[in-house]
Amino acid sequence: MACFIVPAAEAIAVTAAYVAVKKNEQKLQAPKLAEGGKLADNTAKITWSKRLSWLMGLLWGGVLLLTFEHFWHGEVVPFPPFLTAMASPEDTAEMLHEMATVGVSMAVTVTAVWGVICAVAEAKVKAIRNALQKTAA
Amino acid sequence: MTLLITIIASVIATIVWYAAEQRDAYKLGTLSLIYWGASLMWLMDFVFEYAELKTEYFNQAFADILNDSLLGVAVVTLGLVAWVVILLIKDPKGVFKKKFSKQ
Repeated sequence: MACFIVPAAEAIAVTAAYVAVKKNEQKLQAPKLAEGGKLADNTAKITWSKRLSWLMGLLWGGVLLLTFEHFWHGEVVPFPPFLTAMASPEDTAEMLHEMATVGVSMAVTVTAVWGVICAVAEAKVKAIRNALQKTAA
Repeated sequence: MTLLITIIASVIATIVWYAAEQRDAYKLGTLSLIYWGASLMWLMDFVFEYAELKTEYFNQAFADILNDSLLGVAVVTLGLVAWVVILLIKDPKGVFKKKFSKQ
């Protein structure tokens, strides 16, 4: 019915966080880049903006394709009220229930999988960093 | 069927991302994320539907399976279109920059 609205709301919040984090990282990195030209390889790390960009990709990609699926099934229409479930109070109640169950589960699952991706990527980068430091020593 | 087709597209996109040398230049990670995001969301949709219908979920009419398959193909196509649009806007290889600086 409209389960994709919950991940869409999360995607908007994550995008806002990404923009803020990216600006902050650029401010912090600018002096370091000015000093040495580029950052040393053995201090490489996955920035928060990079991590958030992965979550944004998952959320916006899912929201785009699910919106199309709802359009295909006639649940989303290109004119107000845009959601056919808004036509009657009974349908609206059912839609809200679906958003609270399926929609929230979608958002939680995508975020949990993103958390696992970040943990695995961090472990891999840590292993590479350690190997580089051992080689340098 | 939509879920299955999207998962297959996700796996193929991930394998291409892993194997390709120019994965960043073609933003193959973005394509993988688009498909995996949708796959995870439809997976949850499937879990809820399966919990409600149990094995009846798999006894679908041929017309429904065909419609779901068509939707799956349409969704994969839309994912590819979205990826191409992102690729052209971000232009990681600087194709437009080179083209316009020549003129």
